[in-house]
Amino acid sequence: MYNIMTKKEYEKYAEKIAPKSNIVRNTARAFVVGGLICVVGQIITNFLKSKGYDMDDTSNLTALIMILIGIIFTGLNVYDELGRFAGAGSIVPITGFANSIVSPAMEFKSEGFIMGVGAKMFVIAGPVLVYGISASVVIGIIYYLLNF
Amino acid sequence: MASKRIGKQTVKIESPVSIAATAAIAGPKEGDGPLRLYFDMIIEDEMWGEKSWEKAESKIVKETFSRLLSKADKTTGEIDYVIAGDLLNQCIAANFGLRDSEIPFFGVFGACSTIAESMQLGTMLIDGGYADNVVALTSSHFCSAEKQFRFPLELGTQRPPTSQWTVTGSGAVLLTNQGSGPYITYLTTGKIVDMGIKDANNMGAAMAPAAVDTIATHFKDTGLPIDYYDLIVTGDLGLVGKTICADLLKRHGFDISDRYNDCGVMIFDCKRQDVHSGGSGCACSATVFAGFIYQEMMKGNLNRVLFVPTGALMSTTSTQQGESIPAIAHAVSVERDLSS
Repeated sequence: MYNIMTKKEYEKYAEKIAPKSNIVRNTARAFVVGGLICVVGQIITNFLKSKGYDMDDTSNLTALIMILIGIIFTGLNVYDELGRFAGAGSIVPITGFANSIVSPAMEFKSEGFIMGVGAKMFVIAGPVLVYGISASVVIGIIYYLLNF
Repeated sequence: MASKRIGKQTVKIESPVSIAATAAIAGPKEGDGPLRLYFDMIIEDEMWGEKSWEKAESKIVKETFSRLLSKADKTTGEIDYVIAGDLLNQCIAANFGLRDSEIPFFGVFGACSTIAESMQLGTMLIDGGYADNVVALTSSHFCSAEKQFRFPLELGTQRPPTSQWTVTGSGAVLLTNQGSGPYITYLTTGKIVDMGIKDANNMGAAMAPAAVDTIATHFKDTGLPIDYYDLIVTGDLGLVGKTICADLLKRHGFDISDRYNDCGVMIFDCKRQDVHSGGSGCACSATVFAGFIYQEMMKGNLNRVLFVPTGALMSTTSTQQGESIPAIAHAVSVERDLSS
């Protein structure tokens, strides 16, 4: 075989040639878009508060409305464009979580509602739910024991 | 050694096997790229009136096949074999696209190098006296490939700069023992090469060593000088892989840089079309060959071309299990005239 490098050397060599992500530009975009999504959430929160909802109801309703916005923008084929521009700025907020559930549901609709939409809906969000809920159970037990 | 073998990996095709016709159908993004004028047809949207992307890809296969036959003025009865493949699991695009063709069928898989694999096998079938007319065809589809290999389309993620864009389309080639060129003269079949790259978003780097190995072996086996060819063209190494391939070959003493290009770099305007490192997929090299290269050969602008499609032979399972990416490249030598 025509080869002058070990696998380790080749890995380093290839890494040197590969273009790098523009971290400064990507971070700035993520900051601005992520911040704007939070501002929208804050506006909704303030609006609900002004309508006389208490803090618990307000935060629940705000989360619900933000999820709805994420779902609608995913369905309109806009959220992927936003994600391409903003990266983590639109992945981290709750709208990104909604996007991660709705996008596979749309993608696998062609395999039917049971084995397609139903089975594949959590293919990306699933691990987040599994480990998120598991972690909260563990923390809950610790909290219970500390207060025992 | 078998009489037609020259060197370890190369065979010389003695009886004239020529390419009677080609056909290429491309998707909307490819139809917006620099090679748009070379495609027989550009589909308007990726679904093309079907209910799924997989069905759309099969329809592209079916349509490309029938275009090829009508361009060559052949009936299905005159075709002895179809050799076809694609990227989808169990090659369903080819299987379903050609299920009504009523022609003996070989389904093959060489990832994005499949068009070279099918052209090589087809050429050997004709040269061996087993067939008069063979069709080699491959396809890929951006949406069905993303769905199978990566993330849902509507998921808001960023693609790394080394990633490549799967070409939507299909390219087909009709090989025959009755034509008058361009002729297929040498076939160098690649070995599986794995240099340990694990990043499925950097397939150019994974595949480049395979291309280097096949191209260097081709020149060693045939003894031909590099300037024998007007164009040496790899399949879908993209900007990253192309740079690596040219550099490594130079270090081995094969400086091809003044006549070297890559189909993945040619098919898109990488910056304007935001495809990062370039195009990829079975249809990348197939449509560029069936479109640009073949037509330029027929016009006389290219006389001898070394066509080297490249393939990354991993699956989603192997990637999840932390395996590196084995790669392959096959070289097909195409010449307008038979020199000797």
